[in-house]
Amino acid sequence: MRDAGLSDEALRAKARWVWRETLRLHRRAPETRVASSLSCVEILCALMYGGILRFDPRNPRWEGRDRLVISKAHGSISFYPILADLGFVAVEELERIARPGGVLKVIPDPLIAGYETLNGSVGLGLGVGVGLALGLRRRGARARVMVLCGDGELFAGASWEAIMLAPRHGLGNLCIIVDRNGLCMLERCSKVADLAPLEEKLAAFGWRTASVNGHDVCAVRDTLRALLDEREPRPKALLADTVKGHGVPQLEGDELCHIRSLAPEVIDALLREGE
Amino acid sequence: MNPADVRAMRNELIGAVHQLMRGDERIFFLSADFGAPALDPLRAEFPERFVNVGIAEQNLINMATGLALEGFVVFAYGIAPFLSMRCYEQMRINLAMMGQVRPLNVNLISVGAGISYDLSGPTHHCLEDLSVMRTLPNVALFSPSDWVQAQQFAAYAVETSGAKYARLDGKIVPPLYEEGETVAFARGFAELRAGETCCLVGTGYATHMALRVAERLKESGVSVAVVDVFMLQPLDRAGLAAVLARFGNVVTLEEGFVGCGGLDSLIAAIVREHGVAVRQHSFGCAQRYCFENDTRAGLLQRYGLDEGAIFEYVMNLRRE
Repeated sequence: MRDAGLSDEALRAKARWVWRETLRLHRRAPETRVASSLSCVEILCALMYGGILRFDPRNPRWEGRDRLVISKAHGSISFYPILADLGFVAVEELERIARPGGVLKVIPDPLIAGYETLNGSVGLGLGVGVGLALGLRRRGARARVMVLCGDGELFAGASWEAIMLAPRHGLGNLCIIVDRNGLCMLERCSKVADLAPLEEKLAAFGWRTASVNGHDVCAVRDTLRALLDEREPRPKALLADTVKGHGVPQLEGDELCHIRSLAPEVIDALLREGE
Repeated sequence: MNPADVRAMRNELIGAVHQLMRGDERIFFLSADFGAPALDPLRAEFPERFVNVGIAEQNLINMATGLALEGFVVFAYGIAPFLSMRCYEQMRINLAMMGQVRPLNVNLISVGAGISYDLSGPTHHCLEDLSVMRTLPNVALFSPSDWVQAQQFAAYAVETSGAKYARLDGKIVPPLYEEGETVAFARGFAELRAGETCCLVGTGYATHMALRVAERLKESGVSVAVVDVFMLQPLDRAGLAAVLARFGNVVTLEEGFVGCGGLDSLIAAIVREHGVAVRQHSFGCAQRYCFENDTRAGLLQRYGLDEGAIFEYVMNLRRE
């Protein structure tokens, strides 16, 4: 099912709620990757509440659903509150994250309703997305494939194997969203090898690209809509500029924030501030 | 030479897949820029369901996974050492792990088992795949010894859900089975020759070596049995244990590194599990690489898999 999505105001409120819930989850499970999970809050909200993706929480494997491949699975704890809110998983599961018997893990897997594939080891999602898109098109299905990946993930060669191949097959039903927070685990991506200019690189391979402020949830939604409305038979890429650890001064700007866990009192203070 | 003797495993398998594609819209054939005479008519007839992904085995597996998750039956084709090792993590996560929680049907067709690409040197010798593929749960391991088995694998693969790895010889080897003879995939092994002194157990090309050694031994008045293990997993392990229990000595032969988890380890585990009282000796390749120009027979000798040594070993068993 795809609806018009929430109003701008409601969408922004939802994104703030997901940000807070992500911190609460991290308080319960400090092993989770909070910084990279916070950089994609608005992207996930635009997809799930902005009327972009078709899905049915009562039937997560509904054949007509759009396929969302979260290639940066370890950095998507922020998807858990969304899945609970929409009814994919029971709300009580948020309390049981990373506990024996609980459904939600430190790194998500496809046993969690709403997750299509097994990721967490980066660089797999783009190629699997190409296969999904090819299969859906072969079947004449309307469904789209959306792949969310990180920019650090683009250091994995397999990502480029997929990026090079998708335009050749005219996969207009495939869209990748790059959560471009500029950081990998050890340092800034640009210190490793500069991915810039990423728009030009993708365009040179035949992708239609757009870029957006990845923390403006309404802009992400609107840019995605415009991109997806392009009917041309070539894959699309949205480059979402984000901040790793967004909204948390202790994480923002810390090159090592990927592996940082926040102390409970830090989280409590952040949550109080936002009230 | 009988025309049936000059059929290549890959051509027979691909030809059978081609036939199946005519009646089954679900079948896709992906190649990592690798061909075969039988592949040309397939890709000409089905350009929509044949994809050359380029020299990109990682993407080959990733794309195969995506297609399989959408319900397609995928054959993914490449050169054995690259298909088994360059994309190992893609197979581990997308096929072995995902295959445990999602239905998928992906069939990896690898060509160049053992040192069948003899002259191409060690980068193209594939002596590790039996070991490394055996450690992946939820991935079947097919190691045919002739084109009859390879041909029948196509229909078996389409009908049987799950990920599978087929290890085909790069060279033409004479058939060991009759055309039209039903291959017992569920059993996974066949007794090719009866005998008394010991049982030689081979897989792939090594089964041909076992048969040659058995013939030489017969000329010297020694009878040995030969068992061909063509499905290393899944396999009727109890059934194989019952066969091995008839012998005091078992000798395994494999065109792969010996003592590293391949056929020898499989047989040792079966013998242990079922309490079979046999002495096992294993022949295979020593853990080093051969850079020398040589024939397959010469290289196998250099790698330490030597028909003369196997012959001597069995003759010594007689003298004990």
